[in-house]
Amino acid sequence: MPALFKKILQTGIVTEPLGPDEAEIIQLVAQVDRKVQQLLGRALAIREVDAGSCNGCELEITGLTGPVYDSERFGIHFVASPRHADMLLVTGPVTRNMEVPLRKTYEATPDPKLVVAVGDCAKTCGVFKGSYAVIGSIDKVIPVDVFVPGCPPEPADILRGILAALDRMPTKRT
Amino acid sequence: MVITGYVLEIAQVILALLLAPGLAGFVRWLKARLQNRRGAPPWQPYFELRKLFGKEVVMSNNASWLFRIAPYIIFASTITVTLLVPMIVAPLALDGMGDLLMVVYLLLLGTFFLALAGLDPGTAFGGMGASREMTVAAIAEPTIALAIFGLALSAGSTNLGRIVTQELANTAVTLSPGHILAFVALFIVTLAETGRLPVDNPATHLELTMIHEAMILEYSGRYLALIEWASWLKLTIFFTLLSNLFVPWGIATTFDPAALAVAVIALIVKLAVLGGIIAVVETRVAKLRLFRVPELLGASFVLALLAVTSSFVLK
Amino acid sequence: MTIVLFLVMIAAYGFGAFVALLGGRGPIGRWLVAAGAVIGAGAGCAFGAVVIISGQPFTLSIPELLPIAGGLALRLDPLGAFFLVVIGVGAIPAAIYGAGYTKAYENGRASLRLLGVMFNLFLLAMSLVTLADNVLTFLLMWEGMSLTSYFLVITESSEDGTLRAGNWYAAMTHAGLALLLAAFVLLMNGGAGAFADLRSSAGTLSPEARNLIFVLALLGFGSKAGIVPLHVWLPRAHPAAPSHVSALMSGVMIKLGVYGLLRVALDLLGGGPSWWGALVLGLGVASALLGVLYALMEHDLKRLLAYHSVENIGIIFIGLGAGLIFHSSHLMTLAALGFIGGLYHTINHASFKGLLFLGAGSVLHATGTRNMEEMGGLIKRMPWTALFFLVGSAAISALPPLNGFASEWLVFQSLLGGLNLPAPEIALTIPLAVGMLALTSGLAAACFVKAFGISFLAIPRSHEAENAHESPLSMRVGMMILALACVALGLAPFAVVPVLGGVLAGLGGLPDTRPVFTLDLSVHAPAGFAQISPTWIALGLLILLVLVPLVMRFMRVNRKLRVGDTWGCGRIGQTPRMEYTATSFAEPLRRVFAELYRPTKELSIDFHPESKYFVKSIKYSSRITPLFDRVLYDPLLRLVQRISRQVRRIQAGSLHLYLMYVAVILILLLIAARWF
Repeated sequence: MPALFKKILQTGIVTEPLGPDEAEIIQLVAQVDRKVQQLLGRALAIREVDAGSCNGCELEITGLTGPVYDSERFGIHFVASPRHADMLLVTGPVTRNMEVPLRKTYEATPDPKLVVAVGDCAKTCGVFKGSYAVIGSIDKVIPVDVFVPGCPPEPADILRGILAALDRMPTKRT
Repeated sequence: MVITGYVLEIAQVILALLLAPGLAGFVRWLKARLQNRRGAPPWQPYFELRKLFGKEVVMSNNASWLFRIAPYIIFASTITVTLLVPMIVAPLALDGMGDLLMVVYLLLLGTFFLALAGLDPGTAFGGMGASREMTVAAIAEPTIALAIFGLALSAGSTNLGRIVTQELANTAVTLSPGHILAFVALFIVTLAETGRLPVDNPATHLELTMIHEAMILEYSGRYLALIEWASWLKLTIFFTLLSNLFVPWGIATTFDPAALAVAVIALIVKLAVLGGIIAVVETRVAKLRLFRVPELLGASFVLALLAVTSSFVLK
Repeated sequence: MTIVLFLVMIAAYGFGAFVALLGGRGPIGRWLVAAGAVIGAGAGCAFGAVVIISGQPFTLSIPELLPIAGGLALRLDPLGAFFLVVIGVGAIPAAIYGAGYTKAYENGRASLRLLGVMFNLFLLAMSLVTLADNVLTFLLMWEGMSLTSYFLVITESSEDGTLRAGNWYAAMTHAGLALLLAAFVLLMNGGAGAFADLRSSAGTLSPEARNLIFVLALLGFGSKAGIVPLHVWLPRAHPAAPSHVSALMSGVMIKLGVYGLLRVALDLLGGGPSWWGALVLGLGVASALLGVLYALMEHDLKRLLAYHSVENIGIIFIGLGAGLIFHSSHLMTLAALGFIGGLYHTINHASFKGLLFLGAGSVLHATGTRNMEEMGGLIKRMPWTALFFLVGSAAISALPPLNGFASEWLVFQSLLGGLNLPAPEIALTIPLAVGMLALTSGLAAACFVKAFGISFLAIPRSHEAENAHESPLSMRVGMMILALACVALGLAPFAVVPVLGGVLAGLGGLPDTRPVFTLDLSVHAPAGFAQISPTWIALGLLILLVLVPLVMRFMRVNRKLRVGDTWGCGRIGQTPRMEYTATSFAEPLRRVFAELYRPTKELSIDFHPESKYFVKSIKYSSRITPLFDRVLYDPLLRLVQRISRQVRRIQAGSLHLYLMYVAVILILLLIAARWF
């Protein structure tokens, strides 16, 4: 047991500061309501929905909660139920099987709520475009506030996307 | 003087309500630091409460009136407990309203309704959480009763104010082996009752491992805020019991403003120390399988039994 | 005054029985039968209350009525009066409820005539048990109570298993009677059977005789009360009986076992060595724990409640046991506290268990099933029944501010005083009892989350539950009275405790503890100076329940509410099969206590003939045979059967052989008579 805590102390904080806004990456689709921003700005609960992605984006999203990207420092955390969530983080093109579940998740989330679509597939369906199993982009099913492009986008970009939706982008430093 | 007592009661409730989210946030912050993360600031839970109170409620169409009234009952019963637990001054004006058994059973009242609310929407997860929560609560009960017994043995009463004042008057009792064993037993129960590791993981996202979280998956908005606040308050209450019943020093016995100020600071320090211990424990241990939890609680029962026996023998 | 009430009580029960005998069908007939019972019980209740308040016993001796062994002697002292009040508290709502409930029997499923007659006679016999003042009267009324309740149990004799349940009940209760008979014969010691004589001569008995009498009485009354291991008839008889009868039997009749034990052990024998109390305490702990553990595994709502009766009798016995232990050490105030806890729990159990049985009856009435796995969603279809059942569930789980908490608190407090005992070997068992009592109440809460949650909440699990309907007004009124009693008894311990102190004063040398317990809005336990006030707690809860929403409104929290689908991880539809069942709810505890339950599991999978990867059906069944059925009653039954087979051999059917038996016995008797 001492070894563990010695290691913890030696390692120190590994969280990296988040760089400032690179606005061209993030695409705000709808201008996010200022009141919503105010309410959710300091405490945001996210429910992740995989609408049919290749799990590349999930891999990156997982990095958000790790020590390096540490989304929790911005008061952002992931929850188990859309009832607790303020934001849906949706990945992938919407497949036929996930269309109803995605809509149900959106309905299950209490207002006010935001939707951030992560990855190229979410907007363009990527390599899955035209597949019989895919019905289209996320915004065909539910209203999207922010698109985060990339295949897959790196965790920092995803975090920037989320913060952009909240209008909480860090200025120069963290 | 009498009025001051009642004012202090109300002040204590407000203090507890204000401290509770901060305590939970502090534990989370410390845990984040121990994970080499920056983590959310300790005051993050206040933001969460504000946000949840500002959101709408989405309720299941299977749920009944019980689902809507349960958060209020849980919250009210927990606040009632804070009226009885001496946080900054002992004995309280309302000390005669209830004793330790009343505290335990009022908390059980909250658990009872929370479990029913978990069953109400008819989801499998809610039922699972309710079943597990009641199992853990039931098995934790004997340890609590015995720890109370141990405390009552030396103080000659189960009323909290009397226990605290007796201990302040008689330091030898406070440091007796019986007391220390009872403290450890009650600490284990605190972990179980407040849903901390290794019994329940407060940060889990995996429904199948949940206990407390699974029951509240259907709650949202203000109802969720009330339930979360009540559970933080429950953590604060258990910490206060652990600190003021076993390490009572610092608590005010008069209504002297200076003593009260010292008591508030002492309380915050004690809560922070216990929060630190919890954070360290949670960093170190892994979650137990559900069917190993009875073993842990069985061990705490044996400790409590030893506590009572040794108090009796050494009496 | 008292004689009038006494006569009204007798006459009203008689009237009810008479009306029932004449027919008692149709709404008017059923209401007249019920009216007899309600007036009788009301008069009995008032009668008891008058005796308790005045402290003046009521005496009536009619030696001419039955000119043997002292004839009928009746005397109502405060202890008996308390139990008469308990009978009233249970009987009034049950009778009102019964007027509506028995409508279902109009179609000839059961004899309304027999039911009505026996119901009134049963109440009468129970009332007279509390009044009996000599051995003959007591045993007569006791047997009358057993017989009438036997007929009540087999009311639905056309149903499967009812007669079998009746047989179990009759066998157990008569085994108990035999023990009681032996106990009383020993107690009379060749003298007269008047209780006053027994009381004065009990001191002259040898310690061995006193011990034997006590054990016989404990087992005899225990078989009626349903303590482990004599509880086997409860889970069989209670589900079989009509629900208002179950409410009475479980809420009231088994309490007369407690009455008998107190009467014999404390009043007539005047207390005994400390192991008496330890034995009662041990049986109480075993009953409480095993009762609740088996209740957890039951999915038959009424059988679950029956097991909870075992549990609550256990709690009452823990109180009595503690009282007897303290009594033997002459710690009279603590002893009184233990007895008060036991008696308080007696009346509390009468109210909440009566309520729960009536609630279960309403559910049975509405859905036609006792199986919890086929219920669900009833809170929307029968809101009143659900509310009352919820009150009963919370009360039996000892949740403040309801009545179960008040009495369990007293029992706890009396146990906490246990370390004042001079004998360390007994003092050190007290903490274990405390732990087990706490475990019992925790498990009871878990069990009632299950009972209420699975039966009343979520979506209906069967077509019957889907189409359930609220029960008629009479049944709701019956339940409402008991629900109010639960609340009132919970809020007013400060009034109840001194009364109970008065009831006990003088029994076995107990002092009058009324001055010890203060009469402000709280309850003080005298030894530990512990103090609670459920009244203030209830007020605090109420204020907060109003204040919190008000503050929230003032702080302008978002008050929008939207009703949507249940969140099920995005799946399309929800069916009752996705819900947690009663079995799955109890599964963790079944695993924890697997050593006790020893469940047998059977899994059969029906594969597709072509490939074992395609499963056609999976059948899983699991059974739990209760411990005492397994180790005690099954071997006993086998033994009895084996003996019966042997006995059958001498039953050859030949008249000559029988005549020879008679002759041989006659000769043997003659020789025996000559010898001695």
